[in-house]
Amino acid sequence: MATIDLNKSTIRELNEKLQGGSSGDKFIVNNTVGKHALSVGLTEEVDVEINGHVGYYCAGMNQEASIKINGNAGPGLAENMMSGEVRVTGNASQYAAATAHGGLLVIEGDASSRCGISMKGVNIVVGGNIGHMSAFMAQSGSLVVCGDAGDALGDSIYETKIYVRGKVKSLGTDCVEKDMKKEHKEELAKLLDKAQMNYAVDEFKRYGSARKLYNFDIDQVDEY
Amino acid sequence: MSKDNPTLIESATFPRHVIAEIQRAAKTGIYDIRGFGAKRDIPTFDDLVFLGASTSRYPLEGYREKCTTEVVLGNRFAKNPIHLKTPVTIAGMSFGSLSAQAKESLGRGATLAGTSTTTGDGGMTPEERGHSKTLIYQYLPSRYGMNPDDLRRADAIEIVLGQGAKPGGGGMLLGQKISPRVAEMRNLPEGIDQRSACRHPDWTGPDDLEIKIQELREITNWEKPIYVKVGATRVFYDVTLAVKAGADVVVVDGMQGGTAATQDVFIEHVGIPTLPAVRMAVEALQEMDMHRKVQLIVSGGIRSGADVAKALALGADAVSIGTAALIALGDQSPEFDDEYKAIGSAAGFWDDYQQGNDPAGITTQDPELAKRLDPILGGRRLANYINVLTLELQTLARACGKSHVHNLEPEDMVALTMEAAAMAGVPLAGTSWIPGKNGM
Repeated sequence: MATIDLNKSTIRELNEKLQGGSSGDKFIVNNTVGKHALSVGLTEEVDVEINGHVGYYCAGMNQEASIKINGNAGPGLAENMMSGEVRVTGNASQYAAATAHGGLLVIEGDASSRCGISMKGVNIVVGGNIGHMSAFMAQSGSLVVCGDAGDALGDSIYETKIYVRGKVKSLGTDCVEKDMKKEHKEELAKLLDKAQMNYAVDEFKRYGSARKLYNFDIDQVDEY
Repeated sequence: MSKDNPTLIESATFPRHVIAEIQRAAKTGIYDIRGFGAKRDIPTFDDLVFLGASTSRYPLEGYREKCTTEVVLGNRFAKNPIHLKTPVTIAGMSFGSLSAQAKESLGRGATLAGTSTTTGDGGMTPEERGHSKTLIYQYLPSRYGMNPDDLRRADAIEIVLGQGAKPGGGGMLLGQKISPRVAEMRNLPEGIDQRSACRHPDWTGPDDLEIKIQELREITNWEKPIYVKVGATRVFYDVTLAVKAGADVVVVDGMQGGTAATQDVFIEHVGIPTLPAVRMAVEALQEMDMHRKVQLIVSGGIRSGADVAKALALGADAVSIGTAALIALGDQSPEFDDEYKAIGSAAGFWDDYQQGNDPAGITTQDPELAKRLDPILGGRRLANYINVLTLELQTLARACGKSHVHNLEPEDMVALTMEAAAMAGVPLAGTSWIPGKNGM
């Protein structure tokens, strides 16, 4: 177990140490005070526990690593994550898991706007509410919201599955409510279990693409 | 006026191509989408000429006295800057809009000529990486195929904020070009239109860009030069902000820059020509005392060694070619004229890159058409063309007495039109008048 104090180490030194870790290594990071680009570009199955709030792009492009943030996260948390698991105990700012291709992001608190924008395979579980325009142009993967969703949820969505337990303020263009089939309930149950969120799957509704905008059609122009 | 009937007078406001477009729009109800770049007549580098050496300057001997063309890009912060033999580089073009064979040809040609090539939307293919000695990885708003392993495999990273053909616009790869391989790389179903976003999903504004650059550097161990590419509009401010955000290299793409697919109205009516864009970018760099410290790459309508020399003389460090590179590979070839005509065009006029039925096999995902381009032959043609541009550049630089092409300067040129004089900031030929300078 190695402890890195950001009062004494630079961000470069921190990332160099974490990126050089081997599978099974454990790290603790202290005194983050909202610094940016912490614990980015990791490629091995290391465990990182970050104590404090983090700035932009924490856990960016993560591969394989498990990263836990005991605090709140700034914009772009786990952006373009490929694999591994990122968990934040507080809230996350805008664009959490933007364009992420894989892995699991758990936000125990609320997520701000554009959570899961252009997501490409990641799974996201939000314990609280999410802001407007979440899952905008979301391509694949699943977004689970245990609280409420803001305006224009899933606007211009492709094949991402969205599960919401609470209210949806409004759905975005081409996003519709869909049946909860057996395979969806099974997937949702697994995600809730992995995220350690104790809710019944029957409390959730599923949303996804109506697929009306998949090929350009002049008759759809009024949608915008 | 018709040559067959002098009493027929064509309207300057409604010439035949305008009438045809109104008729087409009325019939289809959809705007014209096409590839290529701006086709309208605008001031270009052709409106400048060099003042070859004479009594007051002495020239260098052609073929005998050395005129160096090497260029170093990205030595501001990156540990491993890019070293090229020629200042002519290949612009970003995607696998998806281009066939795998075309991308391989670009890599082979660039490598033979000692220069770099650039990925595009959709990510990096193994063929492209394998055949490109120096490969710039574009980091685009869509993040299609965006993979940190590819970032680390690249030689430099180009953050794309816009392109000259459509500053402020995204893109659309139409369903007919979405092959299974393209769909898989972009995580989308086959056959659907793929929208490329117009702005990055996880930042807004120059302050965020600075943090994004920091993240990219942290992920790549501060080794790779970071380029920032902008479409030419408010060039002075955009270049200033890119430099402030920490770019090693700024790429400015003028309105003549090509695209795979955009609305015609966008291509022809948004952005400014390359000619004033170079001057504005250089002024921004000079004001920050960053000229030659942050390198400037200029693109958009570069066709000849004369264009390259003029861009460099105005202060650019290098240029990029896209449309011209595709023509060198075989695009617009008279060999395919009958086939171009069969799809309603002709060699020299073809611009429907979005359709995927390119007779030359370049802007397509149709395996039968794509086979028409031999990547080895295509690469050779491209290398030949780049070598010609470089030789022409050296010829002009020697005539101005320069032992390195970067020693060319605005003072070596005059303008043939008032517009070009004002845009480029060089005197109108035969005068000392630069419109807009010194209150004149």
